[in-house]
Amino acid sequence: MRDVYIVGIGQTKYGEHWEKSLRSLVVEAGLKAIEDANIYSRDIQAIFGGNMSAGSTIYQDNIGSLISDFSGLSYNNVPAMRIENGSASGGAAVHAGYISVASGLYDLVLVGGVEKLTDVSMEDQAEVVSGEVDQEWELFHGGTLAALQGLMARRYMHEYDAKREEIATLPVLSHEHGSENPYAHFRNKIKIEDVLNSTLVADPLTMLDMAPYSDGAAAIVLASEEKVREIKPEVKIKISGSAISSDFMLLQDRENILNLKSVRISTEKALKMAKLDINKIKVFEVHDSSSIMGLLILEEIGVFPRGKAGKYIMDGYGHHDSKVAINTSGGLKAKGHPMGATGIGQIVESVIQLRNKAEKRQVPNADKALAINIAGTGSVSVSHVLEVV
Amino acid sequence: MVGIVSYGSYIPKWRIKTEEIARVWGEDPEDIKNGLMIYSKSVPGPDEDTATISVEALRNAMNRKNVKNIGAVYVGSESHPYAVKPTATIVAEAMGLTPNITAADYEFACKAGTAAMQSVMAMVESGMIENGVAIGADTSQGAPGDALEYSAAAGGTAFIIGKENTIADIKVTYSITTDTPDFWRREGQDYPKHGGRFTGEPAYFKHVLTVAKKIMEIMKTKPEDYTYAVFHQPNGKFPTRAAKTLGFKENQIKQGLIVPYIGNTYSGSMITGLSAILDIAKPDDRILAVSFGSGAGSDGFHIEVNKNIENYQRENAKPVWNQIENGKYIDYAIYTKFKKKIKMGD
Amino acid sequence: MTIPRYWREFQHRYRLVGTKCPKCGRIYFPPREVCPQCHRESVGKMEKVEIKNSGKVYSYTVVYQDVPDFKFLKPYVFIIAEMDSGVKVTGQLVDIDPKEVKIGMPVKIAFRRIREEDEAGIIEYGYKFVPNE
Repeated sequence: MRDVYIVGIGQTKYGEHWEKSLRSLVVEAGLKAIEDANIYSRDIQAIFGGNMSAGSTIYQDNIGSLISDFSGLSYNNVPAMRIENGSASGGAAVHAGYISVASGLYDLVLVGGVEKLTDVSMEDQAEVVSGEVDQEWELFHGGTLAALQGLMARRYMHEYDAKREEIATLPVLSHEHGSENPYAHFRNKIKIEDVLNSTLVADPLTMLDMAPYSDGAAAIVLASEEKVREIKPEVKIKISGSAISSDFMLLQDRENILNLKSVRISTEKALKMAKLDINKIKVFEVHDSSSIMGLLILEEIGVFPRGKAGKYIMDGYGHHDSKVAINTSGGLKAKGHPMGATGIGQIVESVIQLRNKAEKRQVPNADKALAINIAGTGSVSVSHVLEVV
Repeated sequence: MVGIVSYGSYIPKWRIKTEEIARVWGEDPEDIKNGLMIYSKSVPGPDEDTATISVEALRNAMNRKNVKNIGAVYVGSESHPYAVKPTATIVAEAMGLTPNITAADYEFACKAGTAAMQSVMAMVESGMIENGVAIGADTSQGAPGDALEYSAAAGGTAFIIGKENTIADIKVTYSITTDTPDFWRREGQDYPKHGGRFTGEPAYFKHVLTVAKKIMEIMKTKPEDYTYAVFHQPNGKFPTRAAKTLGFKENQIKQGLIVPYIGNTYSGSMITGLSAILDIAKPDDRILAVSFGSGAGSDGFHIEVNKNIENYQRENAKPVWNQIENGKYIDYAIYTKFKKKIKMGD
Repeated sequence: MTIPRYWREFQHRYRLVGTKCPKCGRIYFPPREVCPQCHRESVGKMEKVEIKNSGKVYSYTVVYQDVPDFKFLKPYVFIIAEMDSGVKVTGQLVDIDPKEVKIGMPVKIAFRRIREEDEAGIIEYGYKFVPNE
């Protein structure tokens, strides 16, 4: 297996993009990444497109060829495919791109993810976003993604005697970081009381616990060692670990609804590939589709003890200049959550940190990053370890 | 001897008080309560209907005795969820009785349940089936501001009828039927209409009293020979008056008189009162049960409880009075939301 | 939900019919064609079993979202129940004040309307939970 490097990144702002279509969003991100990589689009040997819901929001399937066509590569007949893994579509697309370069089949590929949610009503967006939970046995009974996460939060408080305020610490931290990220959907800062007093969504979770519905796109260019020598990027960043794990689809079927086994396994595998211990990592991008999900991910990978993540964040952990930096992008909560782009956006932020270009939210001496992107309530997890070499 | 092998009832949890309905329509609650002898009625939840009530009632009957070899399911109601597609098919599927079974729905205003009973009795008697299920259940609608709104309620009872191992035997059944337009609903109309005072003497009383007297004539019995009597209950006044006219005492009808607290459950009305009686009946108790369905007709039954009721596990389901007493009150606004009387946007 | 998709699950939705692996004895609901433990040895051999209808609340939430199907029930209580047999089942808990729900409280299965496409479409019935008093 060859080494795989990230040589270019690009993203749109996440938010409500009334004037931009799915195509224009992904092309914007893709062209930025190509420009950032200092290559030409004709150099791209394959395109991996991540998208979850275009079939439901704009009735468009066949996204892979759509991306390659509208990126201007129709005459180049570029290999193109769309990867769908729920909210982990982006991360899975990165993994697919990684495999394609590591295997030796391609030397230079584009991985782009996009989601266009605001083309349907808010009511429909809620249903679309719940497309990744079990339709027959969870959603049919009213088990929206938010409802299932509400169940997890309630059980979390019961089993660990955790306080509601502790769960609210992660959205506060995400907004703190998001306020410094020009690409974030939300730039405002919030307080714990704001989270507690916000509109209830699925008790105990409120609107400020939940990631928003966002439009957006993100893209990266992956390159082999040979291509990196040609391109000569300022900072050489390697994907040193890339892994996916799956678990039971239904939350009820997991061994313990609070243990995200898929997260633990994908992260262990990625760290093993990278030959790194988790305490060498300082930059974390975790999938906070809700406050509780983000906290459970951090506890699952051992950053914090079980039941205590909120307490540690209250004590100052998680800040970009603390021992562990969590979601300097603003996370899904503040930066936004355009599902197909999310996992790739996490990689983009990690690269910005490793290139030392994060400005006000820069993590000092950032040289290793871990990004975790999941689907639903943890039925799939994708973990990537990045490091400066 | 054909009789009841097992029985079960279900009354939805929600209640609305007569005062609350009267408040909205500017009526004197005391007048209404005195006139109708109804203090509250049952209201189905937004996720309940005649099919769900029928299934719950039959599940209660089966929890008391897991009867095998059921060859027929008939459901009588005037609020079947589908105009075309029998409630009985849904009930049969929900109980795991499909596919080797015959089924159909009945309609005869408030006596659809007892009509079903008579058919099942005949099928058992003739040997066509071993055991059969007859259910009477309703989620009746009363027009807002109309007298019927105080009484139109929801509930149902299921009887499993057979020849072997009965707990109560139906010694005789007798009916009369006439064309009497006392209460009706035309196809496509939301709410029924009624003939006001015409629903009394020429309808309810004529049919109920005739059948009751005829049964006592056939069985050579007098009112005092019965432990209990139960009549159709469109309100509290009619059955009380019928009982008095026939010569029954208050203590004979008290146990089965459920309408003052849960209203008129239409096809479930008389039979849920009968279910309440069976909840406390002892061997050798005799019951006179007479239903009434507008349009019109009455089905009467002379029932004798036998010793098998002592080994019968009544405690495996909640008694009718227990279900009546464990209700939760709602106001008129929630009531109209639950009964889908509010005109919704798209 | 389209008719065939809904109809083929009747026994599972109406009577909680799950499957049991003949080799390890584990019970699954919803039903499975392959036991995740025994794999090949279970294929074609999974047995139907009716999940007995009582259990306890394992976790719950009260849903305030605008879910069109459940507009008349908002806010609705949504739970995972741990059934007496050990299987966990997901569904709504009705006939209860949301404030009174507690982890561990006994519940049992009820037959209710879940949703309908519209006024003219078929009615989709299924299971919900009610307090088991």
